[in-house]
Amino acid sequence: MSFAVNMLTRSLNVFHLGGSACNNCDIEIIDTLTPRYDLERFGITLVGSVRHADVLLVTGVFNKKSAIRLKRVYQEAAKPVVVIAIGACACTGNMFQKSYNWDVPVDKYIPVDAYLPGCPPKPEAMIMAVVKLVKKLRGAK
Amino acid sequence: MDLGYLILQVLVFPGLLFTAVAGLITSWVDRKVTARVQMRVGPPFLQPFYDVLKLMIKETCIPAGTARGLFLSAPLFGMAAAALASLLIWRAFLVPGQTFSGDIIVILYLLTIPAVSVILGSFASQNPLASLGGSREMKLLLAYELPFVLAILVPVIHTHSIRLFDLLAAAPAVYKPSGIIAFAVAIICMQAKLTLVPFDAPEAETELTGGAYVEYSGPPLGVFKLTRAMMLFTMPIFLVAIFCNGIAFDKGALPILLGVLKYLGLVVVVVLIRNTAPRLRIDQAVKFFWGPVTLAALVAVIAAFLGW
Ligand code: SF4
Repeated sequence: MSFAVNMLTRSLNVFHLGGSACNNCDIEIIDTLTPRYDLERFGITLVGSVRHADVLLVTGVFNKKSAIRLKRVYQEAAKPVVVIAIGACACTGNMFQKSYNWDVPVDKYIPVDAYLPGCPPKPEAMIMAVVKLVKKLRGAK
Repeated sequence: MDLGYLILQVLVFPGLLFTAVAGLITSWVDRKVTARVQMRVGPPFLQPFYDVLKLMIKETCIPAGTARGLFLSAPLFGMAAAALASLLIWRAFLVPGQTFSGDIIVILYLLTIPAVSVILGSFASQNPLASLGGSREMKLLLAYELPFVLAILVPVIHTHSIRLFDLLAAAPAVYKPSGIIAFAVAIICMQAKLTLVPFDAPEAETELTGGAYVEYSGPPLGVFKLTRAMMLFTMPIFLVAIFCNGIAFDKGALPILLGVLKYLGLVVVVVLIRNTAPRLRIDQAVKFFWGPVTLAALVAVIAAFLGW
């Protein structure tokens, strides 16, 4: 495990990128960041600017117009950056698949490192996703 | 004194490296106490070190239209000034005979440079949110600087000296009523100088998404974070030196322990203020500093002249 990966996985700054979904996944993300789960124990903190981000938490359904913004925000993030698609919407389109305002899943626009299905996923599931992602980054099986 | 020794002092102890390490440890104290106030466990001891080191391996984004040179060099000014201020204070503790008259004034100037570097960096980045943050930082600087200098004047009047060493040798300023008022004023100004809640309008994550720092990423952001940590170390040490005789290193272990406790106590006061106060709007903050705080500082100065 290199020094860079070690530092990155010990200090993850997450940026929340909400893509006009039903808003429930966004609320669960906020729940995960409350003192009850205390993610600062693992060095995970929420940041306001995408330039400071190491992890993009993408929620919701993106249509042809908002997908342009999604790509731009991804380009604006300082690399290396990892992306987690949170919720069934971001992973597959969920119940909006037949809807006029849905195009393709998030991973058709930007590379996604972890998928977290659920409608919405519980905070415990999100922490588990982060743990799995950290393990993947560190190269453990 | 030869040049090599001098450079060693500036770069290692008690200059840059020492201040950086002590500042990161102080910022761990800050985060841990905050976590305990919120009934959390809090980050591990090395977390501030990880945070800064991680930023060193990230990419540096330079937005289009940015004044490149200023954007990249602004963080360095701030860091150098914070390290120099800490160096001057610690030299007054450690080698008392060699300080010069007027070092308090030099330290006062050096302590404003980190704020100026934030202003320069934010304007250089050409981002509207950063400009807003920078202009708020500037207003805040204008607001707190007057009462802060007035408060520092009180112990200077007590001892009739502008040499830090003489203040360390005299009776502590907080033994007199005017000193107590000035100390309270200085603590409030320190909170604003560190741009901590309730005076964190310049970076206001929720409305300005990081404010002055919004376009910064990678190593320059890391240097800014380090500078903030160094200021969190230097400012309380400066106030402890000015008002409470600082840390005495020549009288054995007990006074050293006492000095460190004074310093940690002041840090905890800062952290508790930051955790219990809501954010003030920038106009409220300016009114607060130019109104009641300046008035209190003036009262303290007049009382000090009268010998109270
Ligand atoms: S996955 Fe479910 S809860 Fe989450 S945004 Fe979509 S519809 Fe809402």
